[in-house]
Amino acid sequence: MTVSEIYETMDYGKAPESAADALAWLVDQGDRFGQFIDGAFTPPGEVFESRNPATGEVLAHLSQATKADVEAAVAAARKAQPKWEKLGGPGRARYLYALARLMQKHARLFAVLETLDNGKPIRESRDIDIPLAQRHFYYHAGMAQLMEAELPGRAALGVCGQIIPWNFPLLMLAWKVAPALAMGNTVVLKPAEFTSLTAMLFADLCRQAGLPNGVVNIVTGDGAVGEMIVASDVDKIAFTGSTEVGRKIREATAGSGKALTLELGGKSPYIVFDDADLDSAVEGLVDAIWFNQGQVCCAGSRLLVQEGVADAFLTKLKRRMETLRIGDPLDKSIDVGAVVDPVQLERIRGMVAGSNGEVFQAPCPLPEAGCYYPPTLITGLHPADTLMQEEIFGPVLCATTFRTPSEAIDVANNTRYGLAASVWSENINVALDVAPKLVAGVVWVNGTNMFDAAAGFGGVRESGFGREGGWEGLTAYTKSAAKPKALKPIAPFKGDQTEPQPVDRTAKLYIGGKQARPDGGYARDIYGKTGTLLGQAPIGSRKDVRNAVEAAQAAKSWAGSTAHLRAQILYYIAENLAAREGEFAARINQMTGGKTGAKEVDAAVTRLFSYAAWADKFDGQVRAVPSRTVALAMREPCGVIGAFCPDDAPLLGLVSLMAPAIAMGNRVVLVASEPFPLVATDFYQVLDTSDVPGGVVNILTGSHKDLAVPMASHMDIEAVWSFSGADISASIEKAAAGNLKRTWVNNGQARDWFAAEGEGRPFLEAATEVKTVWVPYGA
Amino acid sequence: MTTTEATALGTHHLPQTIEPRNPGMALDLDWVMQARANRSAIERRAASLPARRSVKKDNQAAWLCRAISCIDLTTLAGDDTAGRVARLCAKARQPVRADLLAALGMEGLTVGAVCVYHDMVEPAVAALQGSGIPVAAVSTGFPAGLSPFHLRVAEIEESVKAGAAEIDIVISRRHVLTGNWQGLYDEMRAFRAACGDAHVKAILATGELGTLQNVARASLICMMAGADFIKTSTGKESVNATLPVSLVMIRAIRDYYDRTGYRVGYKPAGGISKAKDALVYLSLMKEELGDRWLRNDMFRFGASSLLGDIERQLEHQVTGAYSANWRHAMG
Repeated sequence: MTVSEIYETMDYGKAPESAADALAWLVDQGDRFGQFIDGAFTPPGEVFESRNPATGEVLAHLSQATKADVEAAVAAARKAQPKWEKLGGPGRARYLYALARLMQKHARLFAVLETLDNGKPIRESRDIDIPLAQRHFYYHAGMAQLMEAELPGRAALGVCGQIIPWNFPLLMLAWKVAPALAMGNTVVLKPAEFTSLTAMLFADLCRQAGLPNGVVNIVTGDGAVGEMIVASDVDKIAFTGSTEVGRKIREATAGSGKALTLELGGKSPYIVFDDADLDSAVEGLVDAIWFNQGQVCCAGSRLLVQEGVADAFLTKLKRRMETLRIGDPLDKSIDVGAVVDPVQLERIRGMVAGSNGEVFQAPCPLPEAGCYYPPTLITGLHPADTLMQEEIFGPVLCATTFRTPSEAIDVANNTRYGLAASVWSENINVALDVAPKLVAGVVWVNGTNMFDAAAGFGGVRESGFGREGGWEGLTAYTKSAAKPKALKPIAPFKGDQTEPQPVDRTAKLYIGGKQARPDGGYARDIYGKTGTLLGQAPIGSRKDVRNAVEAAQAAKSWAGSTAHLRAQILYYIAENLAAREGEFAARINQMTGGKTGAKEVDAAVTRLFSYAAWADKFDGQVRAVPSRTVALAMREPCGVIGAFCPDDAPLLGLVSLMAPAIAMGNRVVLVASEPFPLVATDFYQVLDTSDVPGGVVNILTGSHKDLAVPMASHMDIEAVWSFSGADISASIEKAAAGNLKRTWVNNGQARDWFAAEGEGRPFLEAATEVKTVWVPYGA
Repeated sequence: MTTTEATALGTHHLPQTIEPRNPGMALDLDWVMQARANRSAIERRAASLPARRSVKKDNQAAWLCRAISCIDLTTLAGDDTAGRVARLCAKARQPVRADLLAALGMEGLTVGAVCVYHDMVEPAVAALQGSGIPVAAVSTGFPAGLSPFHLRVAEIEESVKAGAAEIDIVISRRHVLTGNWQGLYDEMRAFRAACGDAHVKAILATGELGTLQNVARASLICMMAGADFIKTSTGKESVNATLPVSLVMIRAIRDYYDRTGYRVGYKPAGGISKAKDALVYLSLMKEELGDRWLRNDMFRFGASSLLGDIERQLEHQVTGAYSANWRHAMG
């Protein structure tokens, strides 16, 4: 077309970013890659093709890692780790800083390579992925620098196995590698087989930065390689990917003692209230669901619009969809690029074909070849429709309506997932009321898909657990520096002596604020050290777990009570326990056959005081994100926590789990010390007299082994802790895979409940989830 | 030159012949008060837009020519004289060196209008005789708009009598700042009536309105009161045209068109001095309002130094070498 013709049509024309440098880099590498192990590339082995999804062209050949490769990588990481950790935070900070700088220097090469490999528009890789990846390295260089001063008593986990997806290849690498290295870990990383090229370039930069050999190892290949890493001798697995695979990893690592963080799928709600800036909310959807072709775990894929503005909003939205430009991802004027692979394209087509709703597809021209799918809106859907529940992972938005804020919350939370959410309203009261009530790890107010290294990212429910970014992200890459000791199991005393009580007292379960007989109707005789019968403890069963969880869920309002009130009640419990100190001390001594009863009661009272103190002090933070935004890192209670109490210290152990949990607003189902349960059944009388609302604390007695699976597999429990002497860590972690509840288990290791390790931040952290609420502002 | 060709080259200046003129409507305060503008979200959109669209090579040359056709070439200085205005008008007729236009196949390209103070209307009209380029007059006590109301109305009438085809009025910012929406509507109505057949551009002076929400409300009210164009600034405020303000105003234009069927034009003014900025504004119009708003009956740049940068870019496009100021005629 001539200039005068274009003057009439006012077309954008083509604005291609050159692929020449990226392709030249691939040629320089021989177009074939081996594994990056111990600071060097191995010769290519059995190779597979890495294709450009926009054109189908083969970009390079990657090697499928063998078991020997993975073992060599883990061994290299293991060998390098102690020296890397010993280098110290400031020493590691220099390397992280160098990596950040190198990534910045090669920013365009990374961006073009990413777009070639993944199909995402060059604007996104250039302006979002790569700058954010750099930011993670800068931010964590700072964390390394500060580690010794700010995280006393924390140490590296060791070797971290990290498995990342294809939607943000370099960015996910950065999210995983930067915090791991900062905290003194070494890594074995597996990029997705569709998109490994920027990881190969990153490996090259590790060499240029002079990173010690073995600190970063990268192995390539399909899911089988991922399984090998999971099974290998690593100390931690960090996985980002599908919920299905995440669940398998949870099962596979159960009881292994490997730390685990999972960042999984989502079906994130995007809620538009009638007082929102509708045009901005429409534009937000472009960034929510048509960002990266909708292949974003936190994509705002469920649109919830208030009924009164639904028609107006959807009209605006459809018009906006018409101006989206789909095509060559290397073109700088493209909004939507190519879907990552033909397999994914078919999956999206299939899901949309099965829809019950009204399907609108943007009438944008699509390239003839390549993996393209048009931006799609499906309206008239309801929560009961499959597409409102299942993750599509494509540029498909599913819409429904609501009437009131509380209905919006109900619809939003009617999902197995809990990754992110957006709330659009110009009314600060509505926005700040709704945001905390959404079951999600991240909430954006009047925005979407905002990310920063300083703000934690991660989910709840089946979107996984653990956070990436911020201070909370570091807990996923550190552990207590204390040397673990094995826990000695305690067997209940046996006996046959009967010593009739003046008046028989029947110990019961404590459910919903009431004493309850066990559903099964069985009790166990409890003997003292000398064989004297002390009483009977009910044998709780799965039905009692069910009843207790029901009662705990019904006590939801506890989470909304003020921290001051929760503190008052903890003080009240302490007061009432102290008043009965002699009786409890005697009971403990009687059961354990020891003499530490008085000391234990005193410690329990002190512990209650500690958590009463913490109740209104373990609060959130405002994070320094690089925009005009209040980014709140809010501490929210997990919900209902099932906890197996330590067998030793039957009172102090129970209090040590109960108090932090309820201080933070959780409700608990406690399973008392198995050998010494009667102090727990005495304790509910203290609870009864201390204004603890019914259902906030529930106490079961019985076999830890028998109750472990019913508790851990219960779908309405958010977390399970075990400090039991019974060998139940593995079965708990395995059963927890069902709804991917977070677990905290002792793996057979001892904890001194009288010492500092018996209380404090680790307990409070386990009792809370960090929700990041982004509130951009501006008059 | 046929009418079609004239329109094609942007030299046709009777928009009412191709587009029904906005007659205005009764003040609808419900609608006005519902206008929302979330500043952070709008700024994000404004910040990402330049990165979302890129126009290169021949397309860029064509777009820059389009920008020229939309320029209200402006002089609003205390020392303006008939001679100074004549020089500007000569530039308006021949905004780009003839050899460059020939090389681009864009002969006959002119700017959209010449914009002056009242006393310069007659010299400008005389200088533009036969060119088809209209003269726009800033009016109503420009730039502050604080002279007696009857004089402001009279000023419009005088400028129209002197030959101005377009009148750029300034609104009373105090009406917006104090929430006197009826006062703003009535004032704009009176200005529109005084303009008669001349087109009226309502200058909101957005830099003095405090919030984007006020910008949205004032935009709607001026359109309801019959503005043919809404314009950001006088060029004399400390903050003039910005992308966020533009986004708010053109979204208001879109809503107004959706509800009434009348297209209102948009004129960002002040601070747009680079060819690249002009491309961003054009893409903003194209994205948010559509191609119809890329013609000079619906879109104008209020600018004095923008043309110079575009000329240099066009010479670069033609020759491949970066240009210099002195190679282009001054205006």
